[in-house]
Amino acid sequence: MSIFFAKRLLTFIATLIGASMVIFLVMEILPGDPALVILGIDATDEMVAALTRELGLDRSAPVRYWEWVSGLFRGEMGTSYAYKVPVWELVEYSLWITIPLAIMAMFFSIILALVIGLYAAANHNKIQDVTLMGFSQLGISVPNFWLAILLILYFSIQLNWFPAGGFPGWDEGIFKSLKSLILPALALATVVGAILARITRSSVLEVFREDYVRTARAKGLSQRATLWGHVLRNALIPVLTVSGIQFATLLTGTVVVENVFHIPGLGSLVLKAINNRDTIVVENVVLLLATMVITVNFVVDILYAVIDPRLKAHDI
Amino acid sequence: MSDTNSASLLNRCRRSRSFVVGGIMTGFLLVCALVSLVWTPGSAYDIEIGSRFLPPSADHWLGTDQFGRDIVSMLMTGTQNSIVVAVVAVSIGLIIGVNLGLLASARRGWTEEVIMRFSDFSFAFPAILSAIMLTAILGPGGVNSILAIGLYNIPVFARLTRGSANAIWAREFVMAARAAGKGKLRITFEHILPNILSIIIVQATILFAIAILAEAALSYLGLGTQPPHPSWGRMLNEAQALMFLDPMQAIYPGLTIAIAVFGLNLLGDGFRDVLDPRLSRKR
Repeated sequence: MSIFFAKRLLTFIATLIGASMVIFLVMEILPGDPALVILGIDATDEMVAALTRELGLDRSAPVRYWEWVSGLFRGEMGTSYAYKVPVWELVEYSLWITIPLAIMAMFFSIILALVIGLYAAANHNKIQDVTLMGFSQLGISVPNFWLAILLILYFSIQLNWFPAGGFPGWDEGIFKSLKSLILPALALATVVGAILARITRSSVLEVFREDYVRTARAKGLSQRATLWGHVLRNALIPVLTVSGIQFATLLTGTVVVENVFHIPGLGSLVLKAINNRDTIVVENVVLLLATMVITVNFVVDILYAVIDPRLKAHDI
Repeated sequence: MSDTNSASLLNRCRRSRSFVVGGIMTGFLLVCALVSLVWTPGSAYDIEIGSRFLPPSADHWLGTDQFGRDIVSMLMTGTQNSIVVAVVAVSIGLIIGVNLGLLASARRGWTEEVIMRFSDFSFAFPAILSAIMLTAILGPGGVNSILAIGLYNIPVFARLTRGSANAIWAREFVMAARAAGKGKLRITFEHILPNILSIIIVQATILFAIAILAEAALSYLGLGTQPPHPSWGRMLNEAQALMFLDPMQAIYPGLTIAIAVFGLNLLGDGFRDVLDPRLSRKR
């Protein structure tokens, strides 16, 4: 059992190191001269030389990589070239918007998935099932940023229920801030929720065919009691795994949807950084997003093994 | 393939509603792209300030945008862009990924381990993260989206191919082929690939749909296709600024993307029904 966790932990750490190396390679080594990327093609040689010195780009690549990574452990990400403030300050502010947004969206998608998936499975092959699955197929096909625009058109412009964009800041009150995250979270949750609903439905149907479910029904348990007592726990395992994978979709989705709603999260930050040629910010935000994806997958792997102990034995 | 086989394949095609509807929708998309190469109802490029924000009419079926460009023509021309990006990106993933998967399955041992760990690793970089990095160093452009989406597709194909190929390698007829003295390379292309082709085709169709979605998102963010070339994502980006003035402009491009993706997803399901009846029955 501990071998399983040790192995997973090792892979997790190796993946993190690998990701940071790839990002460093792409952002600092591939372009040849990062100072030239920041300054653009009109830069004079003196400007490039000065910035090279300022950013410490004259040192060797391994030294720079080590300084970057060891700095991360001290909570240092360097200084933003465009804003002249520590990158961590920018990231910290955005993180407190992106993470609540992603969690809220995941929450909405799981509720959506359970309600639709269970209802469809309970009415298998009936008109409700077919209709709901048709809608979920449609939900998968809709681009989240378009859905976001549609939600703004209807709920903000037509009904005036929600703000059309922007984020008031947590100091302005939690309720007001959460309210401005509801539409973006819904836009994100629809697509992921549609995928998860399909998984929930097929997984529940599969478990319903198992022998122990038939036994439960044979001993007189009602369909509802079987569903809650026996089916759900087992049917949720695949839903959990796919949720982990979908978290990546959700997180990268926030990059796009934040820009639709002009919410100053990590997605807006990284896009502004690209336009400002602020490569230091881009580098750190990309690493942060990649780390979140890797961490969630790791946690799901572990949870998966806790729920279904057979996997551990299999893996060793 | 014998006559009876092709007849039953055709029959299955006709019987699968997903295949028929998805096929028609995808076919319509292809026709739009091809027709737009030689003809569009108006101009997707010419700026005519005099005819901006025109409502739908016989001349402009869906009206014109803020520069007086014909919306139907822009949507049609944008189809080319989406299809080109998706075809190239899926091909990159398909060619590299399938070969890696076949190699992993044929060689096993550490080759398989390395390829699979590489695949696991690539999942940390969703297409949009790669695109962000590429744009930061190369500047925005359509090539970035192709590369980013293509790179993301490689591990998807590699995993799928390796998994399905491993199952085939364990079958009796492969063992017979090995006993007959056939080499691994020959077995891979004579026995393994033909048997997993249907699964790969289904996956390619679904990834094609995902590529169209990803391209639209990247263009929307300004990381993909650049103006003046029309793309669905860019149209949505421009329309958003005019939401109060002309909301319909924000409806058409999104609807087009949704129809394209919906059609391709249906076609993917259809392919599965047609090519692998066992799978669809199990569903």
